[in-house]
Amino acid sequence: MPAQVITITSGKGGVGKTTAVANIAVALASDGAKVVCIDGDIGLRNLDVILGLENRIVYDIVDVIEGRCRLKQAMIRDKKLPNLYLIPAAQTRDKNAVSPSDMNRLIKDLRADYDFVLIDSPAGIERGFKNAIAAADRVLVITNPEVSAVRDADRVIGILEAEEKGPGALIINRLNPILVKNHDMLSADDVLDLLAVELIGVVPEDENVIIGSNRGAPVAFDPKSRAGQAFRNIAKRLRGEKVPFLDLDHTGGLWQRLQRLAGRK
Amino acid sequence: MGFFERWFGKKNSADNAKERLQLVLIHDRTDLTPAQLDSLKDDLIATISRHVEIDVQSMRIGVEHDGRSQRLVADIPLKGASRRRAKRAK
Repeated sequence: MPAQVITITSGKGGVGKTTAVANIAVALASDGAKVVCIDGDIGLRNLDVILGLENRIVYDIVDVIEGRCRLKQAMIRDKKLPNLYLIPAAQTRDKNAVSPSDMNRLIKDLRADYDFVLIDSPAGIERGFKNAIAAADRVLVITNPEVSAVRDADRVIGILEAEEKGPGALIINRLNPILVKNHDMLSADDVLDLLAVELIGVVPEDENVIIGSNRGAPVAFDPKSRAGQAFRNIAKRLRGEKVPFLDLDHTGGLWQRLQRLAGRK
Repeated sequence: MGFFERWFGKKNSADNAKERLQLVLIHDRTDLTPAQLDSLKDDLIATISRHVEIDVQSMRIGVEHDGRSQRLVADIPLKGASRRRAKRAK
């Protein structure tokens, strides 16, 4: 079966696109799928450090497009998962070094040999974003339960509809269940109500995400991490499995539970 | 949110966020500012008033959303009709 090409985008920066790409890629590859992730953020590459592959880069996506190397030479194999590859972004070039038709050509060459191609889009709605969605079969829009991120996600969903890329599916990232419980954070239902799109995952705020990125080992590797579990569930849903959404009501340690009992939270 | 804010009936910040976003998203999606919407209302009133008498006090015009699509919803009571109905009731 040819690869599913999935782009992760957000409009707003810093909501967790790169983390989501790395974790979904790790989860898919851990289940045995052949996965290539592409860093679409030319000039601000980061997917390499999140995956812990920064020391292995020789060639990048612009080298492939401009013919300085073969596609296979720019594909870096993951340290732990032999069926996971990264095509890094160029760090010293800008977004205009790549066009949507370049992306289409590059991805056409990958489709036959892999199960999933995941593209990490840059923030914004300009050239880099257009490049990232050009070849996508499916677009995942990631947001945080926070006014500016939700507003930007709505803009992006509007553009995807106008470009006939479908409405996209939504990942709500960094949801803090205690704040939601106190009615001081938009709930997943609130965000869905506002954006009116299909939901594909809710990822709770989890300090393990930062620890994982410090080490270059995404939390999807960590069987105990709640965020890791949420990303693994998204990966399963992408493969067509029906997986119930995590019950985020029961998170928090003993202290939080006691505070809640005492009515303080 | 602190104890005192809750005590004095200040709204939850999540509700606040949702209400503000609802309005912002309508304007973003339709490209209509509140001022433009007001002038649209005035034009509608003027046009309809040329044909029938309407009850401007109790009319409602606004943008509502149905999934991701927006619609302009107008509920404009006609004065003549309500008077006629009132007469019939007598």
